[in-house]
Amino acid sequence: MQWINALIQGLLLGGLYALLASGLSLMFGVMRIVNLAHGTFAVLAAYLGLIIVQEFDVSPVIAIIVVVPVMAALGYAVQRGLFNLSLKRGGLSPLLVAFGLAVVLTQGLQEVFSADTQSIPIGALAGESFEIAGDLFIGVFPLITFVIGVLVVLALQVFLSKFALGRAMRAASDDSEAVTLMGIDNKQVYALSTAIAFATVGLAGLLIGMRTQFSPTFGDAILIFAFEAVIIGGLGSLWGTLIGGLVLGCAQTIGAQINPSYGVLAGHLVFLAILAFRPSGLLPKVVSSR
Amino acid sequence: MNSSVDSNVQVRRATKSSWGGLVFGVFAIAALALAPYYLGRGTQQSLVTLFAFIVMATMWNLLAGYGGMVSIGQQAYLGIGAYGLVYIADTLGINFLIAVPLAVIVAGLMSIPISFLAFRLVGGYFAIGTWVIAEVIKLITVQFPVLGGGSGISFSALTDLSPGRRIAYVYWFGLIAVVLAIVVTYLIMRSRLGLGFTAIRDDSIAASSLGVRVPYSKRIVFIVAAMGTALAGAVIAANTLRVEPNSIFSVQYSAFMIFIVIIGGLGTIEGPIVGAIVFFALQQWLSDLGVWYLIILGVAAIVITLFAPQGLWGIISGKGRIKLFPVGYTLTSSELLNSLAIKSSEESARK
Repeated sequence: MQWINALIQGLLLGGLYALLASGLSLMFGVMRIVNLAHGTFAVLAAYLGLIIVQEFDVSPVIAIIVVVPVMAALGYAVQRGLFNLSLKRGGLSPLLVAFGLAVVLTQGLQEVFSADTQSIPIGALAGESFEIAGDLFIGVFPLITFVIGVLVVLALQVFLSKFALGRAMRAASDDSEAVTLMGIDNKQVYALSTAIAFATVGLAGLLIGMRTQFSPTFGDAILIFAFEAVIIGGLGSLWGTLIGGLVLGCAQTIGAQINPSYGVLAGHLVFLAILAFRPSGLLPKVVSSR
Repeated sequence: MNSSVDSNVQVRRATKSSWGGLVFGVFAIAALALAPYYLGRGTQQSLVTLFAFIVMATMWNLLAGYGGMVSIGQQAYLGIGAYGLVYIADTLGINFLIAVPLAVIVAGLMSIPISFLAFRLVGGYFAIGTWVIAEVIKLITVQFPVLGGGSGISFSALTDLSPGRRIAYVYWFGLIAVVLAIVVTYLIMRSRLGLGFTAIRDDSIAASSLGVRVPYSKRIVFIVAAMGTALAGAVIAANTLRVEPNSIFSVQYSAFMIFIVIIGGLGTIEGPIVGAIVFFALQQWLSDLGVWYLIILGVAAIVITLFAPQGLWGIISGKGRIKLFPVGYTLTSSELLNSLAIKSSEESARK
């Protein structure tokens, strides 16, 4: 029963990881940018949510409604201001700029909020759970985060395949020059992609901030988990990212069931095993040359 | 070094500035080597920290600046070098002078299987992948009580020596590590391997079609960088006399390496040295401001990446006109230039 419980908790956690990873996956898919500041932006969103909930004494839902658009706007600005410039420079610059941004932001958060761990209060919801079978309990809030995570990833997949802007993003990913010939403004498409990625990572950061304790350096762990979900699932497909998130979540909770200090390590080892034996991931897209 | 191809054409490696650099280098090393006789112990220990930064930054530059591989997991090898030295010298009781090369070799051997995993990834994903591997090594290290578990382990092999003597020995050890790291990087870049790297950097596909063994060359550099970084880790352990997993395996070391190399100048041997000195000075100068020095350095690194990718050394040297370490070739002949001009005018006349 313990193991089934661990598996269920892992799946619930995995939904959140999938949401976390979808933004990383999207930015890499469209622009080939690996945003090393991804996790730090999630933590930034969590701190923004914390300020709103604490200072204005409002419901966490209001925090989500306010912070997600703010993060989207921030993503748009960061892409327009910084990442587009670094893409023009080419070479290692996008990566180095993103890394610099991650360090500056983490240290900045530390300066403003101190290194103490915090959590966004969600009231009685934090403790609520229901029984699905004998001794098997599901927390209401973890279930909510799971449902939100999976729904957002699915919505993103539908958006990329059915909507004009989504198609433009995929086209920009396949051939950025041909896309400009079709009258599409690349820079605008990139900025909107990053805005969407930041909205999802902001949402993920808020949900994590409500579920667990976080501190400024928690972004490191978030980036690593998001990355592992992407690689386990397979590059270039959000379906894969969803599967990858679920596998990672299960690996961590089952590992922690064996020994509480093995949780994160078990996730890393599953990732390394995938890298060694199935490097294209569990659900690879047809591999392009890059 | 001068070889005559034609009576009028000379292919040379050394330039006036590199001869100047050699003279300057010899004097600088001599002055630094005598430092224990005229500098205080605290200053020597600070300088050893600077030496460790120069070594790890030089190795990171070898990886990224020449090999095109951005790693944020080099702290793995710092840890292997530091723990390796402590374990081999203290627990196994092997002489310090043998323990250091052994620890470095262990790091090199461990980096071989790691390279096969990490090389499955490219670009940014390679970067995070190396970081995950470093985390795994940390998480495994803390499981071993013999390595001190989560709280770390003290280094006591040198405590028999008087403090003054020990600090001087560690200082010379650090200085030798710097000279070794720079000489090895210089020799690699002058060799056939280095030439291959220049080709890979310019166009990886074209290079491989001309017979450059791209994965092989990258693996060699990955292993050398692992060994050099482990040497820096051993220097840190010998200097601080303590190894703690959360400190030696901290990703912050990668941030240091990256900022040092970017600020100094990516892809030059001089860059990491200049960058490390600037970084070290800022760290000392701004230490009262807490983490602000990292924020300032991060912003500087972003600005330099975007607007002055050649870094401080690129600015100082006039975009590479001054070379202290000549790794390329220079053609010098006024007659050659004339004959080229004649040839091209003949060709245009024929058309």
